Amino acid sequence: MNLTVVRLTVRGLLGRRRGVLLLVVPLLLLLIAAVAGGSHGDKHELAVRLLGTLGLGTLVPILCLVVGTGVIATEIDDGSIVYLLAKPLPRWQIVTSKLAVAVLTCWLFAALPVLLAGLIVYGGGGGLALGYFTGTLVASAVYSALFLLLGTVTRNAVVVGLAYALVWESLIGNFVSGARTLSVQQWGLSVGRAVAAPGEITAHLALGAAVPLLLVVALASVLGAAHRLAGLTLAGEE
Amino acid sequence: MAVITIDKVSRWFGNVVAVNDVSMSIGPGVTGLLGPNGAGKSTLIHLMSGFLAPSAGTVTLDGAPIWRNQQVYRQIGLVPERESMYDYLTGWEFVLANAELHRLADPAAAARRALELVEMTYAQERRTGTYSKGMKQRVKMASALVHDPAVLLLDEPFNGMDPRQRLQLMELLRRFGAEGRTVLFSSHILEEVEQLARHIEVVVAGRHAASGDFRRIRRLMTNRPHRYLVRSSDDRRLAAALIADASTAGIELDWTERALRVQAIDFEGFTTLLPRVAQQAGIRLLTVSPADESLESVFSYLVSS
Repeated sequence: MNLTVVRLTVRGLLGRRRGVLLLVVPLLLLLIAAVAGGSHGDKHELAVRLLGTLGLGTLVPILCLVVGTGVIATEIDDGSIVYLLAKPLPRWQIVTSKLAVAVLTCWLFAALPVLLAGLIVYGGGGGLALGYFTGTLVASAVYSALFLLLGTVTRNAVVVGLAYALVWESLIGNFVSGARTLSVQQWGLSVGRAVAAPGEITAHLALGAAVPLLLVVALASVLGAAHRLAGLTLAGEE
Repeated sequence: MAVITIDKVSRWFGNVVAVNDVSMSIGPGVTGLLGPNGAGKSTLIHLMSGFLAPSAGTVTLDGAPIWRNQQVYRQIGLVPERESMYDYLTGWEFVLANAELHRLADPAAAARRALELVEMTYAQERRTGTYSKGMKQRVKMASALVHDPAVLLLDEPFNGMDPRQRLQLMELLRRFGAEGRTVLFSSHILEEVEQLARHIEVVVAGRHAASGDFRRIRRLMTNRPHRYLVRSSDDRRLAAALIADASTAGIELDWTERALRVQAIDFEGFTTLLPRVAQQAGIRLLTVSPADESLESVFSYLVSS
């Protein structure tokens, strides 16, 4: 990891308007939790919908998409990445530094609010809030790696990422059970289920399958992004 | 002594050939990479700075391949054409970050020295986003010089600079060249190159058109056949008088334009001949306009010769 790259990435990511925009996701989740928490309904059902469907299923991938692509795609688009790449720095160091910023940001702006929202709605019972929190920690780390890779591969990273998170995971994953196997959300849920008390969190994939998939995708994303950066070409003005 | 060698390099993008079988060697001193817009200058600089892989051929720095070799950046300083440069950082923060990324022993001292060199210490606490084009160019330059590189590559460094900034940068580059660094800058402006570089490499339409001493190539450019469109009070008589002189290679009477199309071999001879002949014959010159003075046509001539 390189601290200068970390510093530049943090300032680029949080120093501008994007920093304020990132607050929208946790505030929305906490606001809904505060409003819904006061209602007299099935608290478990409410917590699952809020933390699973809205949190881990929608807000977390969107936030990770903004952050994961934001830590690198902007610099590639405007060409300023050249100042990082024209240095005798191993490319994996640039990638891991940027990934560390992305992961910590997602944990702060997505995972922590999920935990707080869970505690507001359901308390600490059955380890439900902690389970979703752990699942979100794991999922947001892998989402960040995956979306960072996307940022180095395509200029349409946000569109492709949205298609994956919303169309593949949320839409197709709801109807086609096989699609859930290749879903970061489901892998996160598997980890969350293992942390929470039995029956609190439902996941469609065994932990034995989810953990290797999480590790492989995270590692492959880092290696892929480092490889892309090593051969990054600058489009000419001509 | 740092030498960049481009050996039989071609680079194509899909069906478009940006650089076609170019070989050149860039050694210590200031070299100008001259060519019209779209000639392939930026592509060549990207190839030399490791930001583009050659489709064919090799690009090396002192024998080591540049593509996918991060170690070359210990020796290369690059000043890219694009202006984006972390606009939220101050000039000092930007140059310091570059020094840190090079893992220099004392990055703050190196950043200070580089900013002093380009005379930007007075504005170093301002955000680079607020800089003028010339100031940005100088801070980019400081970031490229911070590790004291043997090779400096600059893509169109004079673009957008006012005359004073231009002179300052020229003086700086001249000094680097005199210190024995390998300095290469690209430009599409002949006069710019003329003022700074003794050695030039000319590229036209992706091909290496000329290489060597600027004055020799400039002479070649001046002595090329020139074409003029001439209108006068008596085109036929003027044509007869002009063709009798050795400085005129050919004349065509263009009926649609109602003008003479004259091809002159000796530029200086013809420019003195034309008014003299017209005056002696009592012919009034109505139009004398060079037909092929664009830089592109000058360069095209170099390619064909």
